[in-house]
Amino acid sequence: MTLREEGIENTLLRVISDGRKCLVPYITGGFDGYLEAISAAAEAGANAIEIGIPFSDPVMDGPTIQEANDLVLSAGVTPLQIIDEIASLDVDIPLAVMTYYNVVYRFGLERFASYLSEAKISGAILPDLPLIEANSWKSAADMKNREAILFAAPTTTQEHLKEVCKETKGFVYAVGLLGTTGARKELAESAKIIAGRCKEITKKPVLVGVGIGAPDQAVEVSKVSDGCIVGSAIVQQLLDGGGPEAVGKLVAEFRSALDNS
Amino acid sequence: MAMTEPLNNGRFGNFGGMFVPETLIPACQELEKAFREAWGSEDFRNELSALLKDYAGRPSPITECERISNELGYKVLLKREDLNHTGSHKINNVLGQALLAKRMGKSRLVAETGAGQHGVATATAAALFGMDCVVYMGEVDIERQKLNVFRMRLLGAEVRPALSGSRTLKDAINEAMRDWVATVEDSHYCLGSVMGPHPYPWMVREFHRVIGLEAYSQCQDILGSNPDVVTACVGGGSNALGIFSGFVETDAELVGVEPAGGAAVARGIPGVVHGSLSYLLQDEWGQVLEAESISAGLDYPGIGPEHAHLAETGRARYEKVSDKEVVEAFQLLSRTEGIIPALEPAHALAWMSREREYLSGKAVLLNLSGRGDKDATQMMEVLG
Repeated sequence: MTLREEGIENTLLRVISDGRKCLVPYITGGFDGYLEAISAAAEAGANAIEIGIPFSDPVMDGPTIQEANDLVLSAGVTPLQIIDEIASLDVDIPLAVMTYYNVVYRFGLERFASYLSEAKISGAILPDLPLIEANSWKSAADMKNREAILFAAPTTTQEHLKEVCKETKGFVYAVGLLGTTGARKELAESAKIIAGRCKEITKKPVLVGVGIGAPDQAVEVSKVSDGCIVGSAIVQQLLDGGGPEAVGKLVAEFRSALDNS
Repeated sequence: MAMTEPLNNGRFGNFGGMFVPETLIPACQELEKAFREAWGSEDFRNELSALLKDYAGRPSPITECERISNELGYKVLLKREDLNHTGSHKINNVLGQALLAKRMGKSRLVAETGAGQHGVATATAAALFGMDCVVYMGEVDIERQKLNVFRMRLLGAEVRPALSGSRTLKDAINEAMRDWVATVEDSHYCLGSVMGPHPYPWMVREFHRVIGLEAYSQCQDILGSNPDVVTACVGGGSNALGIFSGFVETDAELVGVEPAGGAAVARGIPGVVHGSLSYLLQDEWGQVLEAESISAGLDYPGIGPEHAHLAETGRARYEKVSDKEVVEAFQLLSRTEGIIPALEPAHALAWMSREREYLSGKAVLLNLSGRGDKDATQMMEVLG
């Protein structure tokens, strides 16, 4: 079985058992050159990739991802187009899509899960679908053997955190700070705290995302977590016109920092 | 049926819910608990009632309108929410939420605004309670509603432009939610309508229930019975739920009126945005569409989830009117009664004016949710 078919959780657990840290870059789907950027990120050492499907009202996203999002939407790219393009993409690491719940709801939950399955996309990350509303989506995803990745936030209560860790598939998406996606000058104190709280509860991979914008921040947070998700810093490369090459270069920098720490 | 507390994470039938980032879940649950506790507390109720009376000027009267009744051929009653402090019904909700925020130990209010009425009301309450206040407003709306932007700043609020997406109300809500995600520990999100995640649709309706309670007993005094029809405009739908709540258990017909360019109920497609599942203007991929209407206050692509439930169960019906009909109604009320309505309630009046035949001989209660001063500049351009 290829890594892409093996799924996110199994793949990341193997990375962890090899004593390495997990690196998951985020790339805005539909952005000019995004397919090449995904390949470049995979070659540069990403362990899985999160591909954004732009939504009109992305409340969890900060300015960088919003900007990329708006460009894709105004170019008229549809969610299905992105899924179809990913389907024919030749990359051998597991992939997840990140979008907002209404996109999934409008497809129909089961239909969306089927499309993911057909496109060999392992799972989905839906930041406006909290655990208490996630039952229907989790069932639909389970039926198609897709991974419904859930969030743990710095504000999440201990009792609820246990549920999140129990119910999530793929990994625990630990939100590094109170705020939206976007690179910050310094790693928030809350990042290691939430990672530590999750690690105490679960054996599933715990990855920190939101506010991880530089290799030293990735290294620092991964002292506690099993790795991290890097979004805005990568998307900024695309916005700046650096293309797949710049994405590959930045992913390689994160990779080497994590491997040499 | 009754308008009671929603069940199961805030469900009104099939609609509602708490679709927000995990970060906000504890805040929504804390707010739900705090509101339930406050709403059951006599002290809180008394304090709010005193504010509504001595500061906002409640109760608002009902005006029996003889001249427009003659013109339309049936009895017209207006619930005068335009006479409240700050010029609309919005103050009811804002005073309630500000008082609750104070009780919860929050020192900062965050709000969104479209036309600026809710922003002005929130800025007013923040000034009254000595709280910090940030109001998000779409860049396009800031340009359209300069007077209200000035009022908010005069009241001490910071007005921040929403620069993303369509740069109107829905984007202002996105920005307010993003702010709240980052500041949830010391800030209260003072949402302006019966929408958003639970408990907002329930809480905001309860804070506006005073409209319906007053109107019910005023109608008993004036008519000796219920009106035959109760009507109100619907964007998110707070003023409509306020007045409907007084009559939902009577046999009065309830009619919500949406702008034709923002008729979420008429198109009938459910979707999830800004925290709840309701009817939503969207394309085939679930991308939210812009509502288009002459009134910035109704430029919202969704509708409160309880309205979706009232529509689905048939207890209320929802009609739509064109901008042209609204402009005529705006002039009609000004000319016949000496009352310049806001463009929002002029939508409900436009429906009343169109349905003369159907309404003939009936008693119709219209919630006049706001005054039209804010629309004067815009109407000067429209009417030339």
